[in-house]
Amino acid sequence: MSLAALTITELRKQLTAGEITPVQIIDDIEKAILANDSEINAYLSYDFDKARAMAANTDLTLPLGGIPIGIKDNINTLGEPCTCASQFLVDSYVSPYDATVITKLKAAGAIPLGRMNMDEFAMGSTTGNSSIKPTNNPHDLERVPGGSSGGSAAAVAANSAIATLGSDTGGSIRQPASHCGIVGLKPSYGRVSRYGLIAFASSLDQIGPCTRSVADAALILNAISGSDEMDSTSLEVETPDFTLNLDEGVAGLKLGIPKEYFTEGMDPAVREVVTTAIDKLKSAGAEIIDISLPHTEYAVATYYIIAPAEASSNLSRFDGIRYGNRAEQSGNLIDLYKDSRSAGFGSEVKRRIILGTYALSSGYDHQYYNKAQKVRTLIRQDFTQAFEKVDAILTPVSPHTAPKHGENSDDPLKEYLEDICTIAANLAGIPGISVPAGKDNSDMPVGLQILGPHLGEEVVLKVAQKLEDII
Amino acid sequence: MSKDHIDVNYVANLARLNLTEEESSTFQRQIEDILGYINKLEELDIDDIEPTAHAAPVYDRVREDEVKPSLKRDAFLDIAPDTINDQLKVPKVIEEL
Repeated sequence: MSLAALTITELRKQLTAGEITPVQIIDDIEKAILANDSEINAYLSYDFDKARAMAANTDLTLPLGGIPIGIKDNINTLGEPCTCASQFLVDSYVSPYDATVITKLKAAGAIPLGRMNMDEFAMGSTTGNSSIKPTNNPHDLERVPGGSSGGSAAAVAANSAIATLGSDTGGSIRQPASHCGIVGLKPSYGRVSRYGLIAFASSLDQIGPCTRSVADAALILNAISGSDEMDSTSLEVETPDFTLNLDEGVAGLKLGIPKEYFTEGMDPAVREVVTTAIDKLKSAGAEIIDISLPHTEYAVATYYIIAPAEASSNLSRFDGIRYGNRAEQSGNLIDLYKDSRSAGFGSEVKRRIILGTYALSSGYDHQYYNKAQKVRTLIRQDFTQAFEKVDAILTPVSPHTAPKHGENSDDPLKEYLEDICTIAANLAGIPGISVPAGKDNSDMPVGLQILGPHLGEEVVLKVAQKLEDII
Repeated sequence: MSKDHIDVNYVANLARLNLTEEESSTFQRQIEDILGYINKLEELDIDDIEPTAHAAPVYDRVREDEVKPSLKRDAFLDIAPDTINDQLKVPKVIEEL
């Protein structure tokens, strides 16, 4: 069996027993990429020589010693491209530094290997907004892998990566994980440093792992968590060992089912898989409690003010002056900005910048941005109140399984509404995980989402582990 | 929220974007749709609610003001689109009277 198809946990056993070497893992990843990535398009670039050189010096006693990890192409890794799948950065930008998560992965012995495809600047839920190439779902190439971390999820599902990092602003780790049938974890806001993650919406973005198992997600979370003086929004809290309590089970845990997440428009097959998974957790000893998160229906509207507003500000740095591609022969400075940005950004990015600029513009900021921030408070309060009654919350990840390519491409609002189950967690800053729960009639994967209170990753992982064990 | 008309070309200029005619008509329609949906927030009475700017509020986080090495200037000049004399080159900014 290809080493590229194993879990981190299994590979670590074989590495520390001296049965395999890190270079053999890299060899198998290379073989897998050559065999299937021309169909999947999960990778934007990779450098096997560099990875093999790192592998030669890796310390196998470290927790992730010798494990190659794919990196979403919006996370800076020294000396590597970081395109955000945008023409603005293609062929010109090479990272001058390591993001904190990369520094931490390297310190834990991991080997960053490969740059994973994504929706341009992480804006989208299909990876179809990549300006370089669309990624295909390994379970059905005619379907999308989800997004925006579509390459990160698809490579793990296609056995061309052991594990990857993604980023999640409104579901961009959990939703592709669900669509590709893998584990995807969005940590609590502030758990993981965002330094070196090219910002989309700073108050929502969080980096997290895409893996084959819950234990692997816990291992990576161990490595990347922690306070960082380079990110003032990272929290000064202890990082527990997230692998320690995984097998505690769910007996006695109270798990809430919010009725608002089971919408009328949801695919009956998704409903059935999710309901069955909930029943199994009940059989495993969990107490299932019906709850209400009454402001859920306002989450999409709130998010599509706040995220584009922050994006319009963050993306103002792409002006053609300091990095990226500059338009040729522009007359004056303003024209240079406009020409460079107009040539560099794709439609979805332009659409969100315009929406966000409008929401922040004089005379409209009170109607839109400030109002959305107030509704955000109500959404947070919903969760605070719910977690007084329950230990974790179970929901679908997406109302549907992976759609075919281009299904909603001319109707952005319809695509945005599909984010209904994932974005409230970002607005509230709480952790969430997608765990494979089953498949629909077309054999497409369905994930179950487990949400926990802020900094409650341990309970989220514990429930996820149980689900993985019993499915 | 009012149903104020968005002029995408005006806003695009604020955001330093040029739009083709096709982009401007498509975005006009799509963004009007999105704003129409966002007006849903009008249903809520939120006058007395405190806004949330960050999911995990942290205020006034400071560190010791120590001199530390930073990235070398060349690391940034190497990735700049155009440089001259170790500086970023831009079109003339000051206009003649």
